[in-house]
Amino acid sequence: MADTLLDIRDLKTWFATDDGMVRAVDGIDLHIDRSETVGVVGESGCGKTVTARSILKLIDMPPGRFEGGQILWQGRDLLPLGAAEMDKIRAREIAIVFQEPMTSLNPVYTVGAQIAEVLREHEKLTRRQAIDRAAEMLSLVNIPNAKARVHDYPHQFSGGMRQRVMIALALSCRPKLLIADEPTTALDVTIQAQILELMQEMKERFGMAIMLITHAMGVVAETCQRVTVMYAGKVVEEAPVDALFGNPRHPYTQGLIRSIPRVDRAATHKERLEAIPGTVPSLVDPPPGCRFARRCRFASDVCRQAMPPLKQVGPGHFVRCVL
Amino acid sequence: MASAVVLLAIVLAVLLGPLVWRVPINEIDFAAQLAGPSWAHPLGTDDLGQDILARLLYGGRISIAVGLCAMLVAAVVGVLVGAIAGMSRGSVDVVLMWLADLFLSLPQLPLLLLIIYLFRDALTNVFGSQGGIFVMVVAVIGGLRWMQVARLVRAQILSIREKEFIEAARALGASKIRQVVRHILPNAMGPVIVAGTIDVANAIIAESTLSFLGLGFPPDIPTWGRVLFDAKDTLDVAPHWALFSGAAIFLTVLSINFIGDGLRDALDPRRVL
Repeated sequence: MADTLLDIRDLKTWFATDDGMVRAVDGIDLHIDRSETVGVVGESGCGKTVTARSILKLIDMPPGRFEGGQILWQGRDLLPLGAAEMDKIRAREIAIVFQEPMTSLNPVYTVGAQIAEVLREHEKLTRRQAIDRAAEMLSLVNIPNAKARVHDYPHQFSGGMRQRVMIALALSCRPKLLIADEPTTALDVTIQAQILELMQEMKERFGMAIMLITHAMGVVAETCQRVTVMYAGKVVEEAPVDALFGNPRHPYTQGLIRSIPRVDRAATHKERLEAIPGTVPSLVDPPPGCRFARRCRFASDVCRQAMPPLKQVGPGHFVRCVL
Repeated sequence: MASAVVLLAIVLAVLLGPLVWRVPINEIDFAAQLAGPSWAHPLGTDDLGQDILARLLYGGRISIAVGLCAMLVAAVVGVLVGAIAGMSRGSVDVVLMWLADLFLSLPQLPLLLLIIYLFRDALTNVFGSQGGIFVMVVAVIGGLRWMQVARLVRAQILSIREKEFIEAARALGASKIRQVVRHILPNAMGPVIVAGTIDVANAIIAESTLSFLGLGFPPDIPTWGRVLFDAKDTLDVAPHWALFSGAAIFLTVLSINFIGDGLRDALDPRRVL
């Protein structure tokens, strides 16, 4: 573990609801090294986004609360920090790009003004300098004619362009870690590829680490070095990307990989795409045992009695399964 | 559009009129008592032979100034209360909204009368006779009109604070005050501006009411309401007196209301977003 940037240990983020305590994130461990791209995958509602928001402490409390664990940022625990100290970490150290580029920009300001605001908040710059830097950032994310477009309003940009603006916004203070929370989900496929490419390019340029949250396995295969698979608030498998796709150990991971459409096979064999049966279980008072047991075709009594521990099965390859 | 032109004409007339129409407002001419419109007095004269045009032009300054200032007081207090309530939620929110409901349920006119009887002398001593009355009338009218603005702002904040771009701003390190001032309030201003314009009209009417009841400015200051009040006794022999002063109030308020309606249409969020 050379040069760990972020080290999440046994993080528990729970939400108090009328139905009981929702254990959205229930004791996950995750670490990200400098300049590394880590994918976090899992289906909707498995706690990916809550994990991301927990890191920046963007969880509304109440109803949310941190039930335990640590989020070590370069060795310093973020959980006890106050609002003012968190504001200094946000954008300057850790930045986030959200899923929804259409609504993540303030409609009443020009994009230049919004980037400039962040710059001026974190660095001592004059208005002119900040606007110039904003234009620089826009051209960096390949927005054509950036000098003129800094003065445009968000509604004058298309979805893909807005996501580029969001990336420019997130990168404006050169963070060490960029959290991308399903950055391409709301975009169409060709734009998705461009945005991923852009993030790769930015990563090489600034040497930052990326935590890529997605449910698209294809995206993960293409961009990440290491992958963490989450299921129902738990990490079920963690592996280098080649090991994960070459030798998936957890039945859930296997299911995810099998559910990717294959261009080379679908044309010849008219076979149905395999889906994982069932849905994510309720996270209110989950039963003991493996949370995937109910949907797992290999499940036995052992699985239902106690949560299996995370065990090492290869170099950097961990799996939470008895098999 | 037409109402904007009318209002602009009224405001210009009130601002520049006294410079052009140089008849003094208090020149008593018993030879021309209650005279109808003529070239010497385009809007006629009152019971002391004073020129009504000159008096209306002068009084309009006060009436419109009171309207604008009262609206500003109401808007500032309302935005402040609404913003605090909307952002804090919880018990602070509940208490502030109770307070707004309390103010809303008060019968306004009797309260106005009471406050004016109680505080007129004290304020006159501090700000001088005209200034004191002005401050009091503005404070009273504005102080009783902030509730609608406060509720409006609170409702807007409650919905806007959950929008993604606010979360994005938070994720980029914007403090809470910065989120409100820079990101939430500018998005909430549309309805507030509309409510504000309509408040100007209401405040002008409230001032006229006070003056009409003889409780606002002293008799020698011819605000529109005061002129109308003086005119009521001679309605049968000199209807022009009441008509012109009433028309001034009517036209101003109506055009401001139309502008407010126009702004509401123009700023309708469903059409902007």
